[in-house]
Amino acid sequence: MMRDLLSIRDLERSDVERILERAASFAEVGRREIKKVPALRGRTIVSLFYEASTRTSSSFELAAKRLSADLVSVKASGSSVEKGESLKDTIATLSAYGPEAIVIRSPEAGAANLVARWTDAAVVNAGDGKHEHPSQALLDVYALRERLGELDGRSIWIVGDVLHSRVARSGILAFRMMGAEVTVCGPPTLIPRGIESALGCRVADSLDGLGDADVVYALRMQRERMRESFVPSIREYARAFQINERRLSPRQLVMHPGPVNRGIELSGEVIDGDRSLIVGQVEAGLVVRMAILYELLAGEPRDARDGAASLEPPTQIGEPA
Amino acid sequence: MAETLDWRRGEAGDLILAGARVVDPASGLDEARDVVIRAGRIAELASTGSASLDGAERIDAEGLLAMPAFFDPHVHLRTPGREDEEDPETGARAAAAGGYCGILAMANTDPVVDTAADVVALRERAAAEACVPTGFLATATRGMAGEELTEALELRDAGAIGISDDGLPIASSRVMRRVLAYQGLHGLQLALHEQDPELSAGGSMHEGEVSAELGIGGWPSVAESIMIARDCELAAYESARIHVQHLSAASSVEAVEAAKARGVRITCEATPHHLVLTDEALRSLDADFKMNPPLRTEFDRQALIAGLRSGAIDCVATDHAPHAADEKAEPIESAPFGVTGLETAFAVLHTELVLPGVLPLDLLVERMSAGARAFDFAQPRIEPGAPADVVLFDPAVEWEVGADGWESRSRNSCFKGRALTGRVQLTVAGGRVAFRRRSFALGVAS
Repeated sequence: MMRDLLSIRDLERSDVERILERAASFAEVGRREIKKVPALRGRTIVSLFYEASTRTSSSFELAAKRLSADLVSVKASGSSVEKGESLKDTIATLSAYGPEAIVIRSPEAGAANLVARWTDAAVVNAGDGKHEHPSQALLDVYALRERLGELDGRSIWIVGDVLHSRVARSGILAFRMMGAEVTVCGPPTLIPRGIESALGCRVADSLDGLGDADVVYALRMQRERMRESFVPSIREYARAFQINERRLSPRQLVMHPGPVNRGIELSGEVIDGDRSLIVGQVEAGLVVRMAILYELLAGEPRDARDGAASLEPPTQIGEPA
Repeated sequence: MAETLDWRRGEAGDLILAGARVVDPASGLDEARDVVIRAGRIAELASTGSASLDGAERIDAEGLLAMPAFFDPHVHLRTPGREDEEDPETGARAAAAGGYCGILAMANTDPVVDTAADVVALRERAAAEACVPTGFLATATRGMAGEELTEALELRDAGAIGISDDGLPIASSRVMRRVLAYQGLHGLQLALHEQDPELSAGGSMHEGEVSAELGIGGWPSVAESIMIARDCELAAYESARIHVQHLSAASSVEAVEAAKARGVRITCEATPHHLVLTDEALRSLDADFKMNPPLRTEFDRQALIAGLRSGAIDCVATDHAPHAADEKAEPIESAPFGVTGLETAFAVLHTELVLPGVLPLDLLVERMSAGARAFDFAQPRIEPGAPADVVLFDPAVEWEVGADGWESRSRNSCFKGRALTGRVQLTVAGGRVAFRRRSFALGVAS
């Protein structure tokens, strides 16, 4: 049984198969009149988001509710986090509720790994800085298999700002684990040095070879990259790397983690066209996250984590230590 | 050193280190002897079992190494401002436990040490509290802002040992040139933290395969070597001398070698952590492996070892950088840079470089104290007449670097949990016992 979901590296292919199989069974729940199962009744899940998020936070929350879990949702803005409380103290405070799982999104690499050291709860990394976003990678694999079948031997191109993308890092690991060949493509300023050997993908600095791809996965291009001198202009980026009808053949599928900059990384017609899996990815997000929570929490109550530094709530001044 | 730096001297007791294996790299001595210490100096290196001295404490040192005690030109004592992390007393205790007879403290405290009054206050504190000779550098620029020069003549007269903006580079070539030119007036050594701030901006670890995989901002090795190359050029142009701190990259070793070959007056240092670890350690996502400059690749590590062996790198320095546990218990990108090092330095290098045959013992021992020369101090020696700066090291003791048992006030060691072979048992600084391991039995006075 999985203890946490911190990184795609923690998984074997068989784990991925099992989670996606369960996700498929949960898809049926969404078609019922009462879209709820009692699988996690009485279990407490804390969702702790240090960054703005629409898709990930709402789908984890809905996934928890559909499994009948009790959910405590904490957003950084307006919470003790905004008042300067440290991550460790926040976890200690939330641990007082006795959660079985903590879903955390943080702007910092390794945050979820740290939390896993401090709590007996299962920890789900819902995105940590530019490091990983494993649930996104799993839902991407799910959505793609729904459309393509097995990924063995398929060619997937990830296009855009790979340097700043946790989606790309988890995606490369997951797609390769499922047998696909991955090429990352973008301006050299936005491709991390050494990524070929680090993650086992190919690097292309133009879309010239895009015809080989079965799937084109476009990444979000943020306007601030222009001010940071990664690209001369968004216009020039779009000229060189936008995925549009001219650059695609009818058989090629297109994905994007959202939110999309319409007309920058993807043309409007591609977003709205038949080859786009973007809406399917959002749908997959819910059932895959249900499957992840079920995988971590269903069954026997969890043992205390070996060697976990148990966290006591901070001692109040005046109390005996 | 004991005469020049500040420390809590106390009474010098006479000692006989009986039957120790004396390793004195300068003379090439490597034999068992009785080391007789009298009135703060090494009085005699007698043949084993022959020494006697009325009233001296006789310490059975058979099987132990007696070496010139170490000198660390680069430590952070966090005083003033962060005495919760370290102060002159605890820092000096940590140094003594690591076998050091002299340490130099950096000026990037909070507030920084950039006036004569700051230096005097620190010296007074060390004189009252430090159990090993301790010196203080002042900043090279006011407020470490990299813009205006500090009053180096006044700082020198107040007893500053050198100047450095360590922690930050002097980014402006114009200011750097002025700092180097002005050295002609005061003669203080200038210690340099070499880091191009533009190229390393946003970096928390070495830029390479591991950072690509982890998605953590990288600070590339060229950001160091470019600055070293610049400062070697400027030092040559101004006929100045520089000491380059904590080399981390192969390209930096190359830059130093080229400068030395051209006759530039440059010395440099490497840390135990850069000599032993690589950026692979960051896969743990543990902020105790975050330091500045960052751990780099195996290729860089091997270049540093080769540089230490050849003399391109003059000395070992720890860059002992204590931090509060709460601050290191943060994700890597928000945790502070730096690790402690004084208490593990020699044991780590003995275990990882000497025992496997990578470096000869006498060469490492020489490099452990050569930092003294870079700052115009005599290098410790074990020879009759020399000041008694001696470390007694048990090369066979096996121990694990733990969460506890530190003399330092902080515990952010990148070697925690590592099994080491060999441990400092006794440190003598200026003839005084500065440290004696509790388990190391007192000898019987003869």
